[in-house]
Amino acid sequence: MSRFFEWWRRGSVWVWLSSAALALSLIMVAGLVLLLGAKGLGFFWPSNIQQFQLADGLVLRQVTDHESEGRYHPARIQLKVANRDIYGQDFRWIDLADIQQSSLPKDALFVERLEYGPFIGRLIQIEEYGQVLARGDEALSIARSRLPSAKAHNAQIKTLEQSEAGSLNTRIEKLRLAERKSELQGKQTPQTMQEAENKRKELHQQFEQLQTRLDALRAQSNSLTVTLETVDGHSKVIPLANIARLVSPNSVGLFGKIGTYLSRMWEFLSTGPREANTEGGVFPAIFGTVMMVMIMSIIVVPLGVLAALFLREYARDGWVVRAVRISVNNLAGVPSIVFGVFGLGFFVVTVGGGIDNFFFPERFPTPTFKTGGILWASLTLALLTLPVVIVATEEALAAVPRSQREGSLALGATKWQTLWNVVLPGASQGILTGLILAMARGAGEVAPLMLTGVVKLAPSLPLDATFPFIHLDRKFMHLGFHIYDVGFQSPNSEAAKPMVFMTALLLLLIVLVLNIFALRLRKKLRRRTGGSSF
Amino acid sequence: MSTAPHVEKIFAQRALVSDEFPLTDTTVRIAPILIRTKSLNLFYGEKQALFDINIGFPKNTVTALIGPSGCGKSTLLRCLNRMNDLIDGVRVEGKVLLGDQDLYAPGVDVIGLRKHMGMVFQKSNPFPKSIFENVAYGLRIQGIRDRLVIQEAVERSLQGAGLWDEVKDRLSESGLGLSGGQQQRLCIARALAIQPEVVLMDEPCSALDPIATAKIEELIFELKEKFTIIIVTHNMQQAARVSDFTGFFWLGKMIERDLTERIFTNPKQQLTEDYITGRFG
Ligand SMILES: Nc1ncnc2c1ncn2[C@@H]1O[C@H](COP(=O)(O)OP(=O)(O)O)[C@@H](O)[C@H]1O
Ligand SMILES: [Mg+2]
Repeated sequence: MSRFFEWWRRGSVWVWLSSAALALSLIMVAGLVLLLGAKGLGFFWPSNIQQFQLADGLVLRQVTDHESEGRYHPARIQLKVANRDIYGQDFRWIDLADIQQSSLPKDALFVERLEYGPFIGRLIQIEEYGQVLARGDEALSIARSRLPSAKAHNAQIKTLEQSEAGSLNTRIEKLRLAERKSELQGKQTPQTMQEAENKRKELHQQFEQLQTRLDALRAQSNSLTVTLETVDGHSKVIPLANIARLVSPNSVGLFGKIGTYLSRMWEFLSTGPREANTEGGVFPAIFGTVMMVMIMSIIVVPLGVLAALFLREYARDGWVVRAVRISVNNLAGVPSIVFGVFGLGFFVVTVGGGIDNFFFPERFPTPTFKTGGILWASLTLALLTLPVVIVATEEALAAVPRSQREGSLALGATKWQTLWNVVLPGASQGILTGLILAMARGAGEVAPLMLTGVVKLAPSLPLDATFPFIHLDRKFMHLGFHIYDVGFQSPNSEAAKPMVFMTALLLLLIVLVLNIFALRLRKKLRRRTGGSSF
Repeated sequence: MSTAPHVEKIFAQRALVSDEFPLTDTTVRIAPILIRTKSLNLFYGEKQALFDINIGFPKNTVTALIGPSGCGKSTLLRCLNRMNDLIDGVRVEGKVLLGDQDLYAPGVDVIGLRKHMGMVFQKSNPFPKSIFENVAYGLRIQGIRDRLVIQEAVERSLQGAGLWDEVKDRLSESGLGLSGGQQQRLCIARALAIQPEVVLMDEPCSALDPIATAKIEELIFELKEKFTIIIVTHNMQQAARVSDFTGFFWLGKMIERDLTERIFTNPKQQLTEDYITGRFG
C-alpha cells in the first residue's frame, strides 16, 4: 500500500501515461507511412506474367492479390487483366480450383502503351510502311532498339505542337486582342482593320503550313508499327511510337527488374499524367504543390509577423486587442472549405474581376484573373495559415527576454530598432517554427484549392520560358487534389489505386522535405544567434 | 582594496575646494558635479517609491548606492537614463540635471540622452549576436557605417572592459557562448562603445563568482579615469572597496550620503550605522 502511494507520489503514473501517448502517436504515424509504402511502392515492380489453363481457355495475366478460403468464396487470386481495349475490364478474380495448369512463358510481354493502358501478350512482328521487318524474338529486339528514337521523334512532334503551334496561336490571339482593344478605345479605322486582316491571313497560312508539316511527321512516326497478340488470339497493330516501355518480366533477371522499377519510378516523378491521370507521372502536381506552398510562405510570413508585431508590441492591451487575438485563434478552427468560398468570392470574383476590368477589358468575356489561379489559391491558403504564424510569432516575441530589450533601449536604440535588431532575430526561430507548421498545413489542404484554382489536368506549368515566366494567373495541379481525383473521380480508380498511395507518400515526402529545409534554416539561425529562447 | 590612495587624493583636494558640494559636515568640492537630482519623487501608480531625493554625482568618481532591497536603488538609477519611462503608470516629479539640462523637461530627446548613459544590468544580457556585433550595436543604431570606425571602437571598448585578450580570436562567435563574468564584461564593453559620460551599474556582480567579481571591481576602478560611475550594490564590502562616495537608502528616502570612508567608519545617522553593522537588512 505504501509502496503504491510512493509510486503515485513520484508521479510515475504520469511518466508512463505520457510515454504511452507518445508511443501511440509514433505507431500511428509509422503505420500510415508503412501502409502507404506497402500499397504504393510495389506499383512499379514488374511482376511475372503467369499463363493459366482454365476450363474456358488460356489466360496470360499478372497476379495482383490473393485471398485464402473465406466464408463466401473459396481460395482465389486476383489477376490484372490489362488489354482494356479488348476485354474492357481491369481485374478479375479466379478460384484456385479452376486452374488446371500454370506456367511462366519466357516470351510473355508487358507493353506499356500511351493509350488504353497496358497490353499483356506476345509480340508477333514489326512492320515499316506495311512491310514486315522481322518476326518473333528478332522483331522484339528491333522494336527495343528502335523504341528510343521513336519516342524522341514523338517528343519532337509534341514540342513542335506546343511551341510553334502554341506561339502561332498566341500571336493570333494577341492580334485579336489588340484589335478589340483599339475597337473599345474607338481608334479603329478601315486601314488598321485591313492591316490586321492581312496579318491574320498570313498567320493562318503559317499555321496551315505547320499543320502539313506535323501531319507528315505523324505519318512517318506512325509508319513503324508492331503487331501484338493476346494469348487467346486477339491481335492489335499499334505504332511503336505509342509504346512507352516493353517489359518481358519472365525473362529478365533481378537486375533487369530493378532497372525497370527505377525507370518507372523516375517516369512517375518526372513526367506528366496520361489516361485521365491514372497513368504516367505526377510531375506537374509536384511542381504545383511546391510552388503554391512557396508563394503562400512568401505571403504569409511577412503578413503574420507584422500582424503579430503590432498585436504584441504596439497595440495597447485592451479589449480590442483581446478580441482580435481571440478571433485570430478561432480563425484556425474555421473549416477550410469556408476559406475556399471566401477566396472564390473575394479574391477570384472581386479582386480578380477588378483586375480584369481594369487591365484586360479587351479579353472579355474570357477571364484572366477572374478565375481560379495559383495566386488566388496561395492567397487563400496564406489566409488559412495566418493564425498559425501569428500565434507562433506572438509566442516567440513574448519569449524574448525583457532584459535584452532593455539592454538595447539603454544603448539609445528606438523601439523599432530594438524590435528589428534584437527582438525579431531573437524570435526568428519561433517564427520559423510557425512557418513549418503553416507549410505542413498548407501543403495538405485540398478543399479550398478546389474552389480557387486547382485542376485535374493543367495544360502548362505556372512557371515556364515564355514571358513573364511566372504565370500567377494559371491554374495548377496539386498532389492532394490528384489523390482525390485519381482515387475517387476516375473511371478506373481500381487500377490506379497504387498510384493514389504513391501520390500520398510523395505528398508526405514533399512536406518532409519542405520542413527539413525550414529546420535547417532554423538551425543555421541558431548557430548565428547562439541559440536562446527556442 | 585600492580605494585608499584615491580617497587620500580627495582628502588632499578638500582644502582647495569651495562650498558648492553639500557634504554632511564640511563643505567641499572635489570635482564638478556631472549629474544631480533635485527633489526627485517617483510614483509607481499610487505608490511612491522615491521621496525627495537630492544627490549629486561628481565627475570621474564612483558612487555606490546601498540599502536594503526594495528601498528604491534601482528605481533611482533608472531615473537617471529615463528607463522608468518604459513602465506604465510611472510618474516623476522634480529634476534630474545632466550639466544644466533637465532630463525630465518637456521635449527632451529621451533616445538621445540615453547615449550619454551606459547601463549595465544585474543579469548580463548580451544580445543573441556575435561578440563583435554586441559591442558594435550601439554604434550601428546610431547609423555609423564606417567599418574602420566600428572596428576600432569595438577593440577599444573590449580593451576598456578587460575582455579583449580573452575574445580577440573569436569575435565572430556568439556572445551567449561566454562565461557569466565574460558576458557581464561584454555588456560593459557594449556600454562603453557609445562613449557615454556616465556608466550606471545595477548590481553588476550579484550573479557572479568571487573571481569574476574581483575582475569587475578592478575594472570599475580603472573606468573611473574616463567615466562617472554609479553602482548599485547590496554588498557592503564591495561598496567600501570600489566607491568614493556612498549613499544609503531606506524605504525610498536617502538617509545619508558621504565619503565612503566616513559612511563605513563614522556614519552620522543611527539607521546607517545599524545597517552597515548588520543589525537589519
Ligand atoms: N515596475 C514596478 N511597478 C511597481 N512597483 C515597483 C516596480 N518596480 C519597483 N517597484 C517598487 O518600488 C520599490 C523600489 O524598488 P527597487 O528600486 O527595485 O528597489 P531596489 O533596487 O532597491 O531593491 C519597491 O517597493 C518595489 O516594489
Ligand atoms: Mg534592484
